[in-house]
Amino acid sequence: MDHLIIAGRKFNSRLLVGTGKFSSNQAMVTAMENSACEIVTVALRRVDIDNPEDSLLSHINLDRYLLLPNTSGARDAEEAVRLARLARAAGCEPWVKLEVTPDPYYLLPDPIETLKAAEILVKEGFIVLPYMPADPVLARHLEEVGTATVMPLGAPIGTNRGLRTRDHIAIIIEQANVPVIVDAGLGAPSHAAEAMEMGADAVLVNTALADTTDPALMAQAFRKGVEAGREAYLAGLGGQRLQAEASSPLTGFLRND
Amino acid sequence: MKITINGETKEFREQLTVQQLLQRLKLQSDQVVVEINRTILPPAVHHDTELKSGDIIELVQFVGGG
Repeated sequence: MDHLIIAGRKFNSRLLVGTGKFSSNQAMVTAMENSACEIVTVALRRVDIDNPEDSLLSHINLDRYLLLPNTSGARDAEEAVRLARLARAAGCEPWVKLEVTPDPYYLLPDPIETLKAAEILVKEGFIVLPYMPADPVLARHLEEVGTATVMPLGAPIGTNRGLRTRDHIAIIIEQANVPVIVDAGLGAPSHAAEAMEMGADAVLVNTALADTTDPALMAQAFRKGVEAGREAYLAGLGGQRLQAEASSPLTGFLRND
Repeated sequence: MKITINGETKEFREQLTVQQLLQRLKLQSDQVVVEINRTILPPAVHHDTELKSGDIIELVQFVGGG
């Protein structure tokens, strides 16, 4: 059986799903089910004390899904570490999607602060999955400080633009000794399939599912895209060439020349 | 007693424990993480932690996110 293994833990699914932006909790739950994901990300925010909402966690079956709290909103390492500790205090397992995005326009991850936070959190016993620029050198540094995965971006968060960083992701995949999860920017099942065909270990999507007219159907489409890409990678893609190579026999034509 | 909760200053007439504050705000202690003056407060001590004037409290919870 082909499993995704992160920090010694086995997963059947190679699709991770974010829980943001869904029109309702029911839409989120159905999308999660149809995606067959086993890891879901959540964010941590202040309670609106004048108008408290019911807990998101009451909608997520924690026997079925591993909760992966993110540190979204953190602008530097200190804020990210604080958020990770708060998430762990909420009773979660010590898994964290480390996210440090000081720039509100492109939400690109800060490589220096991400590395700093990763080092601190690993020492505190967290299983750290860092969202990162698609930089192969940074991927090595993160791996060296002990992150459980690396999560290079395909394109800025929520842009649906696909694997704009393809060549660098290929280098990261070639060099990594931890799972490579392509996170952010994937907008279509074909993008997910493309990442998986290249040998990515998994992909994470949120906007691509939540921000469509039928998230449940899109979740199913992404599941298939990820599975197709993974199977193609395992099967080994055929080589590319410029000149045609006939698939039909080049003998026995109905002519006499 | 003045306490800052999630950035807003609130005035309370009587002494409160963290547990009483959460009850008053209709929050369940297993669904909210409490931080007082930058220190995380485990749920087990909510009932015997008295709030003091000037405390800065953060009450956070999980929301949807990617």
